[in-house]
Amino acid sequence: MSRLAPFALLALLLAAWEIACRAMQVPAYFLPPPSSVAVALADNLPTLVAASWRTLATALVALVLASLVAQALAILTALSPLADRAIRPLASVVQVTPVVAIAPLVLIWAGIDHPERALVTLAVLVAFFPIFSGAVAGLRSADPDLERLFALYGAGRWQRVVRLRLPSAVPFLLEGHKVGAGLALIGAVVAEFGAGSGGVRGLAWQILDAGNKLQTARMIAALVVLGAMGVALHALLEAVERAGLKWWRGR
Amino acid sequence: MTVAALKDVEVDYDRGRALGPVSLEIGAGETLALVGPSGCGKSTALRLLAGLEAPTRGTVTRAAGRGETAVVFQAPTLAPWLSARANVALPLELAGTSKTQAYERADAALASVGLSGAEAARPAQLSGGMAMRVSLARALVTEPRLLLLDEPFAALDEITRRGLADDVLRLWASSKPAIVFVTHNVEEAVYMASRVVVMTRGPGRIAADFAVAGPMPRPAQFRTEAAFRATAEQVSAALAEGIAA
Repeated sequence: MSRLAPFALLALLLAAWEIACRAMQVPAYFLPPPSSVAVALADNLPTLVAASWRTLATALVALVLASLVAQALAILTALSPLADRAIRPLASVVQVTPVVAIAPLVLIWAGIDHPERALVTLAVLVAFFPIFSGAVAGLRSADPDLERLFALYGAGRWQRVVRLRLPSAVPFLLEGHKVGAGLALIGAVVAEFGAGSGGVRGLAWQILDAGNKLQTARMIAALVVLGAMGVALHALLEAVERAGLKWWRGR
Repeated sequence: MTVAALKDVEVDYDRGRALGPVSLEIGAGETLALVGPSGCGKSTALRLLAGLEAPTRGTVTRAAGRGETAVVFQAPTLAPWLSARANVALPLELAGTSKTQAYERADAALASVGLSGAEAARPAQLSGGMAMRVSLARALVTEPRLLLLDEPFAALDEITRRGLADDVLRLWASSKPAIVFVTHNVEEAVYMASRVVVMTRGPGRIAADFAVAGPMPRPAQFRTEAAFRATAEQVSAALAEGIAA
């Protein structure tokens, strides 16, 4: 019963919205009723699905790149205290700089010919930090007594990282990737807004384009698709995290 | 023959002297118990013997080199992502033994602590006593000359503790490594050790050094014998005196 509660609330809100629009004769360009949004969704479904795929592809490519760069740098900080002192403050700078503020610059660098590269770069910048800080924390999370045993058995620095610290970091890496994937999607959408032009016709461009044409129902339909995609991605990553932890702990 | 020795060793921490001066020689094949109140530096002494910590002053000599010293901590300290077999094989693999050979010897070590059949289990699937046995197998797999145990059974129930104490003595009998173990349980110390060293704190020093008579491994009724009771009482008295002083 309680699992149905959010759907019941949603149905109630949609009904209220529909009734209010009809009763108050709200103009469709200002706030279309849910039924119009549903029609717009059905009419534009192929375009919206294709656009979602472009945005999702940007986010996934960015996630993979962010994952590789973040883990490589985190391992470097674990191997060398000097690298640690050099890298960590710079990583924080990347974290605190808003992606919309960097977007115009990255767009200039990537050039007009390759807007998709700019979008991926921007999404990487957003997804990088949670994975990096998760990896750094994870690499430090090894049981100190296990570290002592490795010292006792004469393990080298590289052996310690590969055989002790990286495996110890797995729960942190899973969490970092879960947060990073969500941020990669947000980063991809924000970057599309930043890019503005129709170079890459992702979901954000659909929203901008519909907005420019005052097709408010289509705008909301694109938002609905974006929300659904976010929820699906989150659910998928939760499942991956659970399965990963089960594999790591052995139960 | 001496396996390891502390000579006029002192250890200072930020808050002051933690240990010393202390001198202690560990003979080959000896089982030595370090007993004392919390903060008397017995775990510090153990880490010095393991080479995991350096003394502020004095010298630590170890005839047993790297790979010949093994440590068992209070917690099993197993890698949760590795099977029991892979955990036990780890010291061998780190020393460069091939995986097949390391796993073979790991299986034999697991069998010697009564864990045949649990080779593929992960630490999370094992009881506290079983996990401790895996930890013991990992310490024994390198066939150490010096085995250091830091309150190894403190977290276990009495029955499991006694079973493990007998296991350690049985395993000791087959290869006779020198064993140094830290405990604050007097009966356990007298039962397991041929020599009991009592420490006091503020800073940690050796207050008394008792030889325990009787056969090794211990016969079943050893805990009820008059000699056992008498030694246990002597150790308890020395401990109480050290705490009062």
